[in-house]
Amino acid sequence: MKFRGKIIDVACLNHFTRVVTTISKLTKTCVLRLTPDNLFFILSGKVTNGGVGMWCELLQNNFFDEYQMEGVSSEFNQICLEVSPENLSRALRTVQCAKSVKIKLTKKHCACLTVAAELPTLSSASRVVTHDVPVEVIPRRLWQEFKEPVMPDFDVSIYLPPLKMLKNVVDRMKNLSNFLVIEANLNGEMNLKIQTDLVSVSTHFKDLGNPPWGEDASQDGGPSQRGDPELLAEATVDIRKLQQFLVGQQVNPTKAMCSKSNTLKLTMKIKCSAGGSWTH
Amino acid sequence: MPLSTQSQSEDVQDVLVANLDNARSLSNILKAITCKDHAIFTATANGLKVTVEDCKCMQANAFIQADIFQEFTLKDDIVVFQINLTVLLDCLNIFGGTPAAGVSTALRMCYRGYGYPLTLFLEEGGVVTVCKINTSEPEEPIDFEFSSSNVTNKVILLSESLKEAFSELDLTSEVLEITMSPSQPYFRLSTFGNSGNAHYDYSKDSDMMELFQCNRTQTNRYKMSLLKPSTKALAISCKVSVRTDSRGVLSLQYLVRNDDGQICFVEYFCCPDEEVEEG
Repeated sequence: MKFRGKIIDVACLNHFTRVVTTISKLTKTCVLRLTPDNLFFILSGKVTNGGVGMWCELLQNNFFDEYQMEGVSSEFNQICLEVSPENLSRALRTVQCAKSVKIKLTKKHCACLTVAAELPTLSSASRVVTHDVPVEVIPRRLWQEFKEPVMPDFDVSIYLPPLKMLKNVVDRMKNLSNFLVIEANLNGEMNLKIQTDLVSVSTHFKDLGNPPWGEDASQDGGPSQRGDPELLAEATVDIRKLQQFLVGQQVNPTKAMCSKSNTLKLTMKIKCSAGGSWTH
Repeated sequence: MPLSTQSQSEDVQDVLVANLDNARSLSNILKAITCKDHAIFTATANGLKVTVEDCKCMQANAFIQADIFQEFTLKDDIVVFQINLTVLLDCLNIFGGTPAAGVSTALRMCYRGYGYPLTLFLEEGGVVTVCKINTSEPEEPIDFEFSSSNVTNKVILLSESLKEAFSELDLTSEVLEITMSPSQPYFRLSTFGNSGNAHYDYSKDSDMMELFQCNRTQTNRYKMSLLKPSTKALAISCKVSVRTDSRGVLSLQYLVRNDDGQICFVEYFCCPDEEVEEG
């Protein structure tokens, strides 16, 4: 098993760091899956996580200038590591001004992702700073837990309003209630509602736009968005979980969308201009 | 404005309808009197009065005149209800407490009468939020029987002079003592805390003293816990008038200018904790 990647572009380093930092706000540990073309940060939606799952897919080409990876075997050319995104984020945040940053899989007292940064100095000689982030290698027999989630048949898929406004409204609603109902239809309308003994509040967003059928290449057959466009699909969520997701948003998305299927699953998907995309 | 087309048919039944282009004109002043959960709303042709009381010996009132509103329609002579102020403030600030420059939240308040909730329509950037807040039977507000004819001492100070003193008040002191006198120290705020006694003196000749009318020396103490919330009103005001009557009841009146430069008032009444001999 080998992994070595090098980031030279400061904007790429910054973007990568922000992605990792956003993930660190969502979960304490997650799985980093490395393939020849991609990096995935995965949290499987188990009950132990409160039913919340996360899938973040990054094209390695968008971030790394050099990328070499050899998986456990030629047949299974992947590496799966359990990592604390907070540790990785902290290491990356301290080297934002580096001339180059190498991330390697190493073995110190345990398996580590070593972040080695070449920092500029006044003299001609460079200074190298190394951070060792401990990781745990996940054996191949457990890999099926970390497959890409199948996009269920959605009732409605809609683009989210500006996240800042969404976050402001959700923050205030959290003061009033523990649960929030999200309604959306194919007419680009989305409502957030709370109802308690004391108060009921509903916020109405219009003209949000709905993504077209089969937009996501990884979906087979696309969601079946049929039926009355005025009909609202509804989902009830725990506000604290929603707030946690919104608080973590540090990357500037070009599109953020929310989809609801009749199996009561709420998926929020954020596409960023550098080609990463993830669902929650 | 989209809000004016909302629930036209309900207008006929609403006893109170009030519109504000900038909801902050209301939310900022209400924040200045928020020290308890519940507030009594009294609407008359003059405008809105919001009252909060504590321990039956402190009362805070916020006055928002009818002409501050873009529309203020009342079907009865007087409309009164009680409502949870913290919930109301969360609703008024639903789009966030600190708006972006040039962006304001428009507000329409409707009340159909006894037993009905207060309905708020808030709009910002094309997004509309509708809130229905339950109201309850209003308690009778205390009448402190504070009349101008019974005022013994009165000063008007620029708020900036008091802001420093109030922000530094020794909160380990159970009381705030106010001394007003035609002779030295003229106007003094005192605390008696764990670290010792502290006095803030304001001379009658100070630039900050806009008016000084003290007839006889009075020293009164007021519970710190009751007066501390008045700091919020002080923070948003430009001037404050301090008056005491023959019983030592304190009236603090704050002149507040909103975002559009319009004037509103906040008033605090507080009963004295104990009488100290008058000199």
